[in-house]
Amino acid sequence: MVTQIFEEISPADFFYRNRDIAGFTNPSRAIFASIRELVENSLDAAELASIPPDIYVRLIFGESGPESGIYKLRVEDNGSGITSRHIPSAFGQVLFGSKYKLKQSRGTFGLGGTMAVLYGQITTHKPAYIVSSTGSTKVYVYRIMIDIQRNKPIILERRVLLNKEQWHGTIVEFYLEGDYFRAMPKILEYLKQTALVNPYANITFVDPKGRMYKSSRVTEKMPPPPKETLPHPYGVDVETVKRLIRVTPHQKMLDFMVAHFHRVNERIAEKFLEFSGIPKTRNPKKLEPQEIVRFVQMLKRYEEFRPPSAACLSPLGKDLLRAGILKELKPEFTVVCQRKPSTYAGHPFIIETAIAYGGEIPKGGDFVLYRFANRIPLLYDEASDVAFRVIKSMNWRRYKVSQGMPIAVLVHTCSTKIPYKTVGKEFIADRPEIKREILNGIREAARRIQRFLSKREHVEKEMRRLSVFSKFLPKIAKFSTELAGRERQPEIEKLLESVNTSGRETTGR
Amino acid sequence: MEEKQQDDNVSTVGKKKETVASLEKLGQRLYDQMENGEFPWIKMPSRSIENICYHPDLRQYVLGDRSVKRSARNIRHIRPLTQLVWTAFFAHKLSKQRKTSTLRDVYYSAQAYQMSFKDQSESDNVITDLETVIGIPREDFNVFPEERSAIFGDLTIEYNVPGYEGKQMNLTSHPDGLMIGPALTYSEFVKTSADKVFAIEKGGLFTRFVEENVHKKFNALLVLTSGQAPRATRHFIHRLNKELELPTYIFTDADPWGMHIAMVIISGSANAAHLRDLTTPDAVWSGVWATDIVNYELPTDPLTEVDIKRLHELQRDPRYKGKLWQREIKTFMKIRKKAEQEAFSRYGLTYIVDEYLPAKLEETK
Repeated sequence: MVTQIFEEISPADFFYRNRDIAGFTNPSRAIFASIRELVENSLDAAELASIPPDIYVRLIFGESGPESGIYKLRVEDNGSGITSRHIPSAFGQVLFGSKYKLKQSRGTFGLGGTMAVLYGQITTHKPAYIVSSTGSTKVYVYRIMIDIQRNKPIILERRVLLNKEQWHGTIVEFYLEGDYFRAMPKILEYLKQTALVNPYANITFVDPKGRMYKSSRVTEKMPPPPKETLPHPYGVDVETVKRLIRVTPHQKMLDFMVAHFHRVNERIAEKFLEFSGIPKTRNPKKLEPQEIVRFVQMLKRYEEFRPPSAACLSPLGKDLLRAGILKELKPEFTVVCQRKPSTYAGHPFIIETAIAYGGEIPKGGDFVLYRFANRIPLLYDEASDVAFRVIKSMNWRRYKVSQGMPIAVLVHTCSTKIPYKTVGKEFIADRPEIKREILNGIREAARRIQRFLSKREHVEKEMRRLSVFSKFLPKIAKFSTELAGRERQPEIEKLLESVNTSGRETTGR
Repeated sequence: MEEKQQDDNVSTVGKKKETVASLEKLGQRLYDQMENGEFPWIKMPSRSIENICYHPDLRQYVLGDRSVKRSARNIRHIRPLTQLVWTAFFAHKLSKQRKTSTLRDVYYSAQAYQMSFKDQSESDNVITDLETVIGIPREDFNVFPEERSAIFGDLTIEYNVPGYEGKQMNLTSHPDGLMIGPALTYSEFVKTSADKVFAIEKGGLFTRFVEENVHKKFNALLVLTSGQAPRATRHFIHRLNKELELPTYIFTDADPWGMHIAMVIISGSANAAHLRDLTTPDAVWSGVWATDIVNYELPTDPLTEVDIKRLHELQRDPRYKGKLWQREIKTFMKIRKKAEQEAFSRYGLTYIVDEYLPAKLEETK
């Protein structure tokens, strides 16, 4: 007989063993993922406080030199800061974070920052250095490591400094193994696209060779921050309902539903309970497990729930999107569209699209596709993304657009739950509702770019036409003057002018 | 022996002056249009296929009443119009300086004036436009194709070209014949002892005729067309017929293509419908006929698909309405054979001169 030994593993241990799924696959990906996670945390922290973000990223070689492959990464922001007692957990405990309520945010799992620190620790065995202040009179400085098996932070050092300047923000610095030069193109592309989709942010990056890349904000305006909402009946599962029942103070199903579900009022709750055959006065805490399962099934089957509101979403908005595109892509022309809110499986979402033409956009190949989800750029696995498939499926000729034109297509998906296919946040799955909205959004932008292209074509044609007249008419004048044996050439300026203003041509036979 | 003197009214020198004047008039007209604040334009007979018809009295193709206007106001016209004006300018210069140019030359010369033609066929086409506009063949404004045809026989001509003015030449002076080039085309005819013209399709037979003294034996001028006769040669035959009143007999291969060489000398081509004085309606096709193949039991080749197709086209062609033509076409179709002029060599080298030629002359007189 073989005895099986079951052991519990901590979340930190789980991610230690499965770091591939969080994007820390190899030294090059790891360095990219670390920068990305920390930059996103910083952006969130600044936006939470409605402060235009100032983010400084510095990557230098570790003390043992460039050959060791050890780097020191420092990320600073001017965000809300973390309260002193939460600092160790925020960076030393996996699945700890402020992101478990329902609203749009960049990260989803509360993994990001800790995962980067965890990766640094397992590759260099050095502590992380965290400085943070919420703008109070004190600045807290920590040196921590993670107890991986117990998923607990180990505080090596804690210092409190006086905060004379009322600084607020967070600084994270730690060592990690990486391969910057392989990761460099992706990192620079990531920072460029991040600057595009956060045009109100200053982002500075200093790389190990001392080169500085800086993107300055073009606006102070920020999109309104998202509001927190309750879960929508279509979006909950059995576990969520069990947790809600555990915390609810309500004794009746009717009150329970109105209190804990999004866009459920008394009238709808009554009708639903009637539909599902559950008495209004039933105590939710007394529901049997099978009843809870049935309750969730009935929630999904009931068609009269109102769609979720988009108040919990924070799309970029047309003006900011345009500003970001103009800033980073410097196109000749751009159109931006925002679709109305829509939902899939109880999760609200909004699609923003844009098409940019010319300028610094490369021509001669496929279109450039920029994908964003909750204001973060998606850089890997483009071909698997729903937006890529939508673009491929469209008949672009209808819009006077052909391959080889300098065209960039941009798709921004905002949702309380982005349907990523992987934990690494690389690409969005083929949800039919989302696919349809992306398609409509790109079509809308394409129609407007078509108008632009037609107009441009018209202007170009007119220019060509004028150049034909001004090329040939003087020659006719010259040769007929010589043929006629005249001294002076005839007046043709007026004729040329008339072509220019009337802009029409006769069609003589 | 009768001598014929050149009539002064149709002297080639006078013709040149007329050409120069026409070109200047064209320039004048365009100049005035522009001075009047008008976009320059020209009007000319349409050369589209719908506007070409056969004129039974003139016995050649002519252009109908439709005309086209080319205006610099129209973006599609301005380029060809400019090319036309340049060509007129260039032709004028050639004529004034008494220089000649080939079609290919014109194509390249244009580049010196930043007047690019896409290819030679575009420049050839513009030259044809100019011919149509001023109603004068390009040879008159000194633009010639590459030459390949020749003449031999007792005809004395006087040159007009610079450096040769007044110089006379007898066309028996060279046994290979003289090339019908620009100088010969516009020479004056002084005198001749000949009383007929033989136009011959192929160089081999032309040489044989010279060697066999056909020009003496038959009192004839021998013209080598080298296949389809160039326009200068057709014009030359026309002049021999018109100015010297010499009847013309044409000898070609016995196939649809040979037959058509004869027909173009007689009735002209659709391509030259805008021009006159290229045809010799009284010329006759003396052989080799399809019926000759039968009567002389000539060695033959079978007609190809293309030959048969061509015969069907010719059968419907208005120029081929005559009884002789229809009979020969039908005979070709019946025997489905063709023969070359050289086929007579099976009866000995001189048979064609001694037997066939006198017989055919008698038959087609």
